[in-house]
Amino acid sequence: MLKKQGLYLPEFEHDNCGAGFICSLTGKRSNDIIHKALEILVKLEHRGAVSSDGVTGDGAGILIDIPHKFFKIFCDFELPEAGEYAVSNVFLPKKDNQRDYCINIFETEIKNQGLKLIGWRDVPVNSGVLGEIAKTTEPFVRQVFIGKSDESQSERAFNLKLFAARKIAEHTIYDSKLSESQFFYVPSLSTKIIIFKGLLKPEHINEYYLDLFNSALDTRLALVHQRFSTNTFPTWDLAQPFRYICHNGEINTLRGNVSRMFSREEIMKCDAFGDDIKKIIPTILKGKSDSATLDMVVELLLMSGRSLPETMMMLVPEAWEKNPSMSDAKKAFYEYNSCLMEPWDGPASIPFTDGNFIGAVLDRNGLRPSRYTVTKKGNVIMSSETGVVDIKPEDVEFHGRLEPGKMFLVDMNEGRIVNDEEIKEEIASRHPYREWLDDNLIHLRDISAKKGPILYDEIDLKKREIVFGYTEEDLNTIIRPMAQLGKEPIGSMGSDTPIAILSERPQLIYNYFKQLFAQVTNPPLDGIREELITDISLTLGCDVNLFDINPEHCKKLKIQNPVISKHDLDKIRNYDSNPDFNIESISMLYEVNRGLNELEVALENLVTKASKAIDEGANIIILSDRYVDENHAPIPALLACSYLNHALHKLKKRSKISLIIESAEPREVHHFALLFGFGASAVNPYIVNEIVQEQINSKDVTDLEYLAAIKNYNKAVGKGILKVMNKIGISTLNSYRGSQLFECVGINTATVEKYFPNTPTRIQGIGLREIEQEIVKRHKKAFQVNDTNVDIEVGGEYRWRRGQEKHMFNPLTVAKLQESVRTNKASTFKEYSELINNQSESLMTIRGLFEFDQFDPIPLEEVEPWTAIVKRFKTGAMSYGSISKEAHENLAIAMNRIGGKSNSGEGGEDQERFYKSSQGDWKNSAIKQVASGRFGVTSNYLTSASEIQIKIAQGAKPGEGGQLPGPKVNPEIAKTRNSTPYVGLISPPPHHDIYSIEDLSQLIYDVKSANREARINVKLVSEIGVGTVAAGVAKAKADVILVAGFDGGTGATPLTSQKHAGLPWELGIAEAQQTLVMNDLRNRIVLECDGQLKTGRDVAIACLLGAEEFGFATAPLVASGCIMMRVCHLNTCPVGIATQNPELRKKFKGKPEHVVNYMYFVAQELREIMAKLGFRTINEMVGQVQKLNRNKAIEHYKASGIDLTPILHKIDVPAGTKLYNTEQQDHNLEAHLDFKIIKQAHQALFRRQKTHLELPITNVDRAVGAIVSNEISKIYGADGLPEETINIDFNGSAGQSFGAFATKGLSFTVHGNTNDYLGKGLSGAKLIIKVPVESTIVPEDNIITGNVTLYGATAGEVYINGKAGERFCVRNSGAKAVVEGIGDHGCEYMTGGIAVILGEVGRNFGAGMSGGIAYVLDSDDAFKQNCNSADLNIDPIEFEADANQLRQLIESHYMATTSPLAKRILADWEVYLPKFKKVLPEEYRQALLRLEKEQLETA
Amino acid sequence: MGKITGFLEYKRQDESYQSPKERIKNYKEFTIPLEEDKLKDQGARCMDCGIPFCHGGCPLGNLIPDFNDKVYKGKWKEAAEILHRTNNFPEFTGRLCPAPCEEACVLGINEDPVSIENIEKNIVETAFEEGWITANPPKLRTEKTVAVIGSGPAGLAAAQQLNRAGHTVTVFERDEKVGGLLRYGIPDFKMEKTVIDRRVKVLEEEGITFTTNAHVGENVDANKLKDEFDAIVLCGGATVRRSIPIPGADLKGVTQAMDFLKLNNQCVDGLVAFEAIISAENKNVIVIGGGDTGSDCIGTSNRHGAKSVTNFEILSKPTEGRPANQPWPYWPMRLKTTSSHQEGVERFFSISTKEFIGDNNGNLKGLKTVEVEWIFKEGERPQLKEIPNTEKEWDCELALLALGFTGAEKTLAEQFGLDMDFRTNIQASTKDYATNVPGVFAAGDMRRGQSLIVWAISEGRQAAHYVDAYLMGESHLPLKDDSDLPRV
Repeated sequence: MLKKQGLYLPEFEHDNCGAGFICSLTGKRSNDIIHKALEILVKLEHRGAVSSDGVTGDGAGILIDIPHKFFKIFCDFELPEAGEYAVSNVFLPKKDNQRDYCINIFETEIKNQGLKLIGWRDVPVNSGVLGEIAKTTEPFVRQVFIGKSDESQSERAFNLKLFAARKIAEHTIYDSKLSESQFFYVPSLSTKIIIFKGLLKPEHINEYYLDLFNSALDTRLALVHQRFSTNTFPTWDLAQPFRYICHNGEINTLRGNVSRMFSREEIMKCDAFGDDIKKIIPTILKGKSDSATLDMVVELLLMSGRSLPETMMMLVPEAWEKNPSMSDAKKAFYEYNSCLMEPWDGPASIPFTDGNFIGAVLDRNGLRPSRYTVTKKGNVIMSSETGVVDIKPEDVEFHGRLEPGKMFLVDMNEGRIVNDEEIKEEIASRHPYREWLDDNLIHLRDISAKKGPILYDEIDLKKREIVFGYTEEDLNTIIRPMAQLGKEPIGSMGSDTPIAILSERPQLIYNYFKQLFAQVTNPPLDGIREELITDISLTLGCDVNLFDINPEHCKKLKIQNPVISKHDLDKIRNYDSNPDFNIESISMLYEVNRGLNELEVALENLVTKASKAIDEGANIIILSDRYVDENHAPIPALLACSYLNHALHKLKKRSKISLIIESAEPREVHHFALLFGFGASAVNPYIVNEIVQEQINSKDVTDLEYLAAIKNYNKAVGKGILKVMNKIGISTLNSYRGSQLFECVGINTATVEKYFPNTPTRIQGIGLREIEQEIVKRHKKAFQVNDTNVDIEVGGEYRWRRGQEKHMFNPLTVAKLQESVRTNKASTFKEYSELINNQSESLMTIRGLFEFDQFDPIPLEEVEPWTAIVKRFKTGAMSYGSISKEAHENLAIAMNRIGGKSNSGEGGEDQERFYKSSQGDWKNSAIKQVASGRFGVTSNYLTSASEIQIKIAQGAKPGEGGQLPGPKVNPEIAKTRNSTPYVGLISPPPHHDIYSIEDLSQLIYDVKSANREARINVKLVSEIGVGTVAAGVAKAKADVILVAGFDGGTGATPLTSQKHAGLPWELGIAEAQQTLVMNDLRNRIVLECDGQLKTGRDVAIACLLGAEEFGFATAPLVASGCIMMRVCHLNTCPVGIATQNPELRKKFKGKPEHVVNYMYFVAQELREIMAKLGFRTINEMVGQVQKLNRNKAIEHYKASGIDLTPILHKIDVPAGTKLYNTEQQDHNLEAHLDFKIIKQAHQALFRRQKTHLELPITNVDRAVGAIVSNEISKIYGADGLPEETINIDFNGSAGQSFGAFATKGLSFTVHGNTNDYLGKGLSGAKLIIKVPVESTIVPEDNIITGNVTLYGATAGEVYINGKAGERFCVRNSGAKAVVEGIGDHGCEYMTGGIAVILGEVGRNFGAGMSGGIAYVLDSDDAFKQNCNSADLNIDPIEFEADANQLRQLIESHYMATTSPLAKRILADWEVYLPKFKKVLPEEYRQALLRLEKEQLETA
Repeated sequence: MGKITGFLEYKRQDESYQSPKERIKNYKEFTIPLEEDKLKDQGARCMDCGIPFCHGGCPLGNLIPDFNDKVYKGKWKEAAEILHRTNNFPEFTGRLCPAPCEEACVLGINEDPVSIENIEKNIVETAFEEGWITANPPKLRTEKTVAVIGSGPAGLAAAQQLNRAGHTVTVFERDEKVGGLLRYGIPDFKMEKTVIDRRVKVLEEEGITFTTNAHVGENVDANKLKDEFDAIVLCGGATVRRSIPIPGADLKGVTQAMDFLKLNNQCVDGLVAFEAIISAENKNVIVIGGGDTGSDCIGTSNRHGAKSVTNFEILSKPTEGRPANQPWPYWPMRLKTTSSHQEGVERFFSISTKEFIGDNNGNLKGLKTVEVEWIFKEGERPQLKEIPNTEKEWDCELALLALGFTGAEKTLAEQFGLDMDFRTNIQASTKDYATNVPGVFAAGDMRRGQSLIVWAISEGRQAAHYVDAYLMGESHLPLKDDSDLPRV
């Protein structure tokens, strides 16, 4: 593995995988299964990536039944009967002496457990197939055979002993300091299965392990896995499958899961192990992947006697909390288990087997595709895609898919598929879980406030507000809206204040932490529209032994929203009617005047007190900072909470208690998120309660009772936390708690290691002393002698105020910038840039800390001209819609004039702008953005781009979506977005076709196919690990990677996101540069930077850190007249920029020349710096970090602790390794099926002649239709070809994104089935998917297409002769589709078009659906309960027009597919029609009425 | 905050005036306040800008959006609290400030700016009416004593701030009443003197001692002060008047505006007899100098019953709109027509007085002028050029010189041994307001030269912070930052 260096931290590596299995239901063993299984992996190779050397695989493996027959033949010792012994391949050190040492220890432990060593067999391997890297780490592989203690030993007892022997041997060897100890690894040790794996490519597995070729080696089942890591230099042991599972996805909650597993071990007991348990733990070995860790926990739970399916249900529970249709027994099972195990959450498709069962589970949100096929010959094949094993249509028995949260299980011994319901109900009925819960679990809401509230006698509120650093903004901008509306406050534009460590004002410690968020390797979630998969309830109390399954586990206190009111806390404090609860309060105050060590001492005392309380039986501890006074200051609650959390871990007492924080500190969502993230189980912000009370008294909060207002506030925080969790892809607070998903910026390592262990901190900064100084400052202010005149501060964090937090854009800088571009006066620009640059130097930004160094001056004329430099300049992605037409076009014209690039943003573009005007100006945005809403993304739109930007995240609100409310969608905007006027538009948090890196790679392939000349740009946001992600994105074949700073602007964002998610670009660019160079991937990629770039100096520093292209957004807007109103979200921009109000738009006074002047000035300033440093070109300058130095002049009590060397780290690489872009990505488009089509459909393309073709297709043929459509768009624009000009019949399984962006004139029929993303961005074509005539399956019972069909489709027709997966018609805005059944989240975010569903509908139908119509055949009247129906009208078909429309679509469906179902319906129309429901979003209905009225008026 | 669409719904509305005919009958203030509802609407016009340029344009850093919002919501008391955070005497600035804030108002880019000053005045007047402005003496007294010399806006602000910090403050005023230029320079029709009195009363109740008729350097020994007080803050103003060195300047009837105004104010206050004032009655009055003092002279002359009132300004006539080289949000030099102008005056620009003509008794009877033009060259100071053949004679019995002030009197500087700068201001920087003599500080016009009231208050507040820090080692008195918008 690569070492930690510079900004790179290896633990932020990610991997994504191809996985699958194949098994024989009949129990027939064969060698052929192995070959078929490996074929699966080969057919999935496009889901992976190639590392820079292109030879070494990231790891692959196969798990099979123990081939007893084979071993009988090839072992030179006697073997007991099958099942009576265990066997495993064992990875051993290369050196003989060390190998012997390991063998010796292993053998000793086998004997210690009373087991019999039967013998060792050397495994024949062919090392010749290995790549260079794999060879250096290749272990010596031997097989060990172990027998039972005696014949009577039960299988379970045998397994426990095997487990103990292996675990203890592992610990002993890993602790041994042997130089090759890491070679020792036992992939499996089972009586049923054996694993062959290594750093191999799939096609090399059976070439390396020669046994696998042997036809005597046979199996009933084979589980295969291939690993694709972002850029890890992987190791042998991390190849999969693991002992029981393999995994495709990512466990986001890992850190919390691991830390809580450690605390569970404090109290773990098992009779079978006795004292050995101490040698067996820790269960989880350090430094392993998320999947390996999960496997270790699965194994432990199996040892506790739970079955494999039960274990999987515990670890990856389905979303039971809000499921009305789930049986009570099952719910009880889940609720019970939630008391002892938090979900291991994240996108996960987890195939598992113990030899008796083989199966798979899917995460609660269904974020990975899993398709299976059952053949008539009794084989079951499961994998990420369908069509990976060649099966004739007539041999297929059934096509299915794994559903969210569901389990697919094959009982190998019974030879049958056990359905999810059956297996789960059986497990749920093993214990009386409901009874246990009823008897033991206490709900907070059921506790009565019998003693009445506790009265608190405290000093004046205002004083306390000052001690805790409250500002007017906290009161009015943060707290009040939450109390009044129950919603998080919204703001706009970016943050331009200094990060906490660079602020001269005392900062709360929370501000030193930044939230992590998901980008690329896993998706953020949409907790609003997909609320049913989320949950923020927690259970509090003492944990008990994980090995026991008994009622003790649920002796807990359950809190539905752990942000609690003062009254709730009083209830808990007073609760004494249950002896199981022992509540202890500990003060978080310290004596402020006792000297500098007092804070540290107080923290130690806190631990001592808590520890004592635990010894005395406390199981809930309340940490409280009440009663501050002149002598007592509060320990920051986060510091206390985190330290206690970790200190109790160390004392092995953590599992005994839950922590409640009673603090005046937390007020905004970020604070609460941190407290939960660092171990709190409930928080009462008591001072906020008091403030709300005051606001009610002063009528600042109106029409609400106190309790209702508090409830509102708590609800808003709860929702906010959910959003923070969702950002990183976590759906339950239970698994978020303690997961520490934050990066620390500005606290030194020593302090972090002690008080916030396992939190990354990379640029050092303050320590405990400075934290204390900040507390003292506030405390002093509150208690100063003459307090007659002391007010709480105004704030100035969100809106500039004098003497408060500094803002880079302030009256003077805005005034100077505007003056300079309007008068074109270089001297005024210089004044502006000096103000900005000096601001930087006075500690506004990290770049402000740098100074240029190692001057090597050259004449200015030798530096490349400004005209060349501005070609690297871009303006930011701002949609038409977020800003006015005038402002949007102004930027485009300006950038086109100078050869730079403007960005369409996520809002489509009027196609009239694609063509130059007669005056020579061009309004076309060179960069076309593809964001999660896919607004206006059509073949023609993509064709008009010279760069296509996939926005993964944006700086202002990474991990979040957006919303354009209906009233803002005027007819003009609706036109460019291909949507209906006045219908609100939602951009989901994730791209629903990017849940992992291989998905991104697919989307890149799709859009590249849609426009081969355009560069594909992937926009990321700076955060820890962005380098690793960038490397992955480079491997996924992006041409440009944009790393944006956290401070970028936006039209609307929750204030928490604006400030607390994402990092300054200095860190992101430097990390990306370092990691890309480290992996020798930098040369393939153009690296771009944006985020509050304002001057030539800013650009110069970005360039020296590694960027070669540069984006500006706020500054050119200011140049166009923006005065940072920060009301973009209110449509009231008084200078006509961020508004659609026609009156206000008239006030826009910006001119293209203003923007041109700005770009010119920046380029000139940059050139001057280049001349000083001695660079003639940008290319020479990229990544030359040695030209930067820390500015020695800066002395500040906080900032002096900053260490910038990680940012300035230069990677030591072989000579010739490029630091900038020198070559183009190879997109491998040559093999694209479309070229075959183009060749054969020439006449159609150029002469519009009707053409018919017939072609075979496989899952490797992806994005079919995109290139053809691109060619059509080039010639015919959006009009395309006449209907049904190019008609093609495809036979087989189509790959992903079939018909992507397919435009008018195409008509494609697939006889077979298709994978995910059918008709993505469909732009007018007709797609038909039908069951082949040879097939005997019942179409409406079978899955025929995958997930996320018609994502962002704008026009066209689709007929699907079978069922589709999750998220059918997601964000469809114009296509018509008929399908015979769908999975969960159907018609999500749909804004237009028609969906006809003739069968089963999954849960959460119509979430966020604001437009379009769905007709659903609701045969069993169950549809409504599966609907997210709040804003939907669900009615029978009442109007003839509707009935006719429906009938006509079904007729078309029948014509296209000969669907038997359609035939039946049409034949019995009168019977079926009443069973249909029409789904009409209320917003859409209103919009249609309004449009009708408007039409009448104009007529 | 505020009403999001307020600026789209309401037009700017200021308080109105009694008709000139009515108002020149007396020396009372003549404004007619807006009704409360209308004022709220005006508050609603504030857009709560992300960057409130008004707040940057205000030398005090008044929290304008914050109090506008409170006014919109009818929370006058809170508005008054916010207003007083940064401004000790909004009743002065609310009447007299030329409102650079309004020039910097974002709404002013393309609409009429928010009527900030009027809102300010109404907030503080409401606060006085409601009795919210009461003495708030410090809880604890330090052992320190401070002398503030001069009781103009700078001195009063410094005194109140230092008193709040617990120091024992004595204000020395050479005139018989407290207020400085506020009292003797500003005519009552712009601010009635009860406005000063009611504020001074509060200051006295807070514990500040006012010693009037105490002219430091004349009848009070400066060195004794230095011994008696731990710190001294000089706020004596820039009182040296500019004169006009042309023939006839010593004629009777050539009068300094400040003499004219002071006597008149004293008369209105009943301190001097009506006969003692310099009357403009039935005279042809020419006011030389087109600034605010000039304007005050015009208003006063009209109230006296002048035969004619004429105003000369040597600079060229400014444009009514913003000049191109003084873009928003900067303070522009543009043609201002004050209420006094409305009361009747003929204004002439680009005109220079060459000579005063007297009669045989040494009384002024007319003056000679010539038209001038200004020559602008890049990098050079503008040059004045007389235009040939434009000489003209004017009848005039009273010429009022409103030509501004050149700096501080030398007395205090000499007595305390202070350095002065080349403009004859007391030398002290805004970093700490300290003079070269330890313990002696300077603020207001005395330090910065003639300026606005709002600057004087600002200087007094700032200086107080540094005086407090000098005395105590640290100060909790509020300090504004240095982000004032510069003049262009």
